[in-house]
Amino acid sequence: MSTNTKPILEVDQVKKYFPIKSSFLKRTISNVQAVENVSVDVLEGETLGVVGESGCGKSTFGRTILGLESLTDGSIKFRGEEIGGLSENQLKTYKKEMQMIFQDPYASLNPRQRIGDALEEAFIIHTKLNKKDRKERVKNLLVEVGLKEEHAERYPHEFSGGQRQRIGIARAISLNPSLIVCDEAVSALDVSVQAQIIQLLKQLQKSHQLTYLFISHDLGVVKHISDRVLVMYLGATAELAPSDRLFSNPLHPYTRALLSAIPRPVVGRKKDRIRLKGELPNAANYPSGCPFHTRCPLAHEQCRQERPEWREVKEGHYVACHEV
Amino acid sequence: MADSNTLTSEQVYANKKESKKEKMIVKTAKRLLKNKLAVFGLIIIIIQVILAVFAPLFATYDPIKQDLTNAELGIGSDGHWLGTDNYGRDVWSRIVFGARISLLVGIGSVGLGLLGGIALGLVSGYFKKLDGIIMRFVDLLFAFPGILLAMLIIAMLGTSLVNVVIAISIWSIPTCARIVRGSVLSIKKQEYILAMKSLGASNFRILVKHVLPNCTAPIIVFATMRMATAILSTAALSFLGLGAQPPTAEWGAMIAAGQDFMFTSPHLTIVPGIAIMLVVFAFNVVGDGLRDALDPNMDLDQ
Repeated sequence: MSTNTKPILEVDQVKKYFPIKSSFLKRTISNVQAVENVSVDVLEGETLGVVGESGCGKSTFGRTILGLESLTDGSIKFRGEEIGGLSENQLKTYKKEMQMIFQDPYASLNPRQRIGDALEEAFIIHTKLNKKDRKERVKNLLVEVGLKEEHAERYPHEFSGGQRQRIGIARAISLNPSLIVCDEAVSALDVSVQAQIIQLLKQLQKSHQLTYLFISHDLGVVKHISDRVLVMYLGATAELAPSDRLFSNPLHPYTRALLSAIPRPVVGRKKDRIRLKGELPNAANYPSGCPFHTRCPLAHEQCRQERPEWREVKEGHYVACHEV
Repeated sequence: MADSNTLTSEQVYANKKESKKEKMIVKTAKRLLKNKLAVFGLIIIIIQVILAVFAPLFATYDPIKQDLTNAELGIGSDGHWLGTDNYGRDVWSRIVFGARISLLVGIGSVGLGLLGGIALGLVSGYFKKLDGIIMRFVDLLFAFPGILLAMLIIAMLGTSLVNVVIAISIWSIPTCARIVRGSVLSIKKQEYILAMKSLGASNFRILVKHVLPNCTAPIIVFATMRMATAILSTAALSFLGLGAQPPTAEWGAMIAAGQDFMFTSPHLTIVPGIAIMLVVFAFNVVGDGLRDALDPNMDLDQ
């Protein structure tokens, strides 16, 4: 982990609800509790992996941090300053500092815009550079992410998925941000390209002193890139620990089930896989008590009644479970 | 490092794609030209444009000059190949100058209609709060039958061709607004819009540089089809005496003037009628062709 342990981002009890409205009077009937009470500090220079199954609120969490989704409740502090609930205009200065790499490299680039123009736009919005300087910066960016200067003249459809993702990365680093949210940044790529992109992300982290919030459902990738890993289940935090400790000694029953699902290249020996029963509960009808009690093999009465506390069990190892 | 090796393989892939690379416009044009009906329509439109632009060159006579000694000559008469009307004015020359008016009114009203429709559509599609209000206003406009709305507007503003343009453009706004709104609704959910938001781009920038360029296809198709309707409506309004006033050479007005002589000189109504029909038909088939050509999922070989 980085020696500098000052948090760059302090997320405290963040909630993001999407209201379900009645069709006629637009009254809120209930809420989809996409992010439910997430508290975590992201340290300067680290890579915090966020894992969980589809629909567990990882992406919504990432977007809420960047202000792309409005905050329902809680506080988000960037370098000690509150940014939760700021208006679009007030957020503009922070947007330079926090960027995002998107999941789908095909959907995240405007098909009618040349790559050069797309990358230039960040400079038009945030700097007062003249056209020549902007073009120069775009060329440097392209080279930095492993593309060529002349690619600036091309349209997105002329690139492969891996190249497009490099363009997405170039756009994210163009304003020299300090925090980048990688929302499933490599999930849409095939495995060989994945490795290159991860390599590039690691390189850039060193050269630009970046902090990553690396959202993924791919445990292998997360294990490889993360310093610490946050496990989310149904919008809530289940476990947070340094990467090696989480993978060697998971405490939360959900984490254990998740890790036992990683395929292992061992012939002949059947791993005792923990199979979870049932489906992910509907976030619009949030379970009482511990959100995991409906599927947990260890659940008992207390789990059904009481929400487990988010507590530190060992140094740097947080877990929300009555059984630990 | 592994990076440099694999990059070349990515480049090979990109180069392969490059050979297939074609500009969007060229591709659409090629697809359009496969459609024979659309090509036919395109030829008629081009002829109309040429006639309209160079009207004084093609017209053999002054379109409003009367020559009562040669009144009501039939088709194929000496010097007047489409004959003359009841005042002895050359029908061919009047058709040529009429082409100019239809085209101008068509372009003017569709242009104004697009301007209003696109603005309303973009705003209502993008800003959820304004959507309800704008769409109810659009519904209100929809409640009037088109020609009635146009007549109402002309009744308020007075009869002239400029007012016809205004009337028809107002009537084009609601349809255009709905089409644009629909496209905006789907485009604004795209990840590249979110990416621009996370860069801190203003709403105006996102709308103009990212949303609008991606909904041009339906707008182009709408504009072409609407040209046909606009030309037809201009003729209809002029026929009713609400548009072009005599002695202006306008196709609808020509039919209106000719209807009293339908039995003695039927060409006075038939010739401008055919002109209107051809042009409206042309814009419609080209619009249809464009819609197919701009839709990448359409298989044109079937």
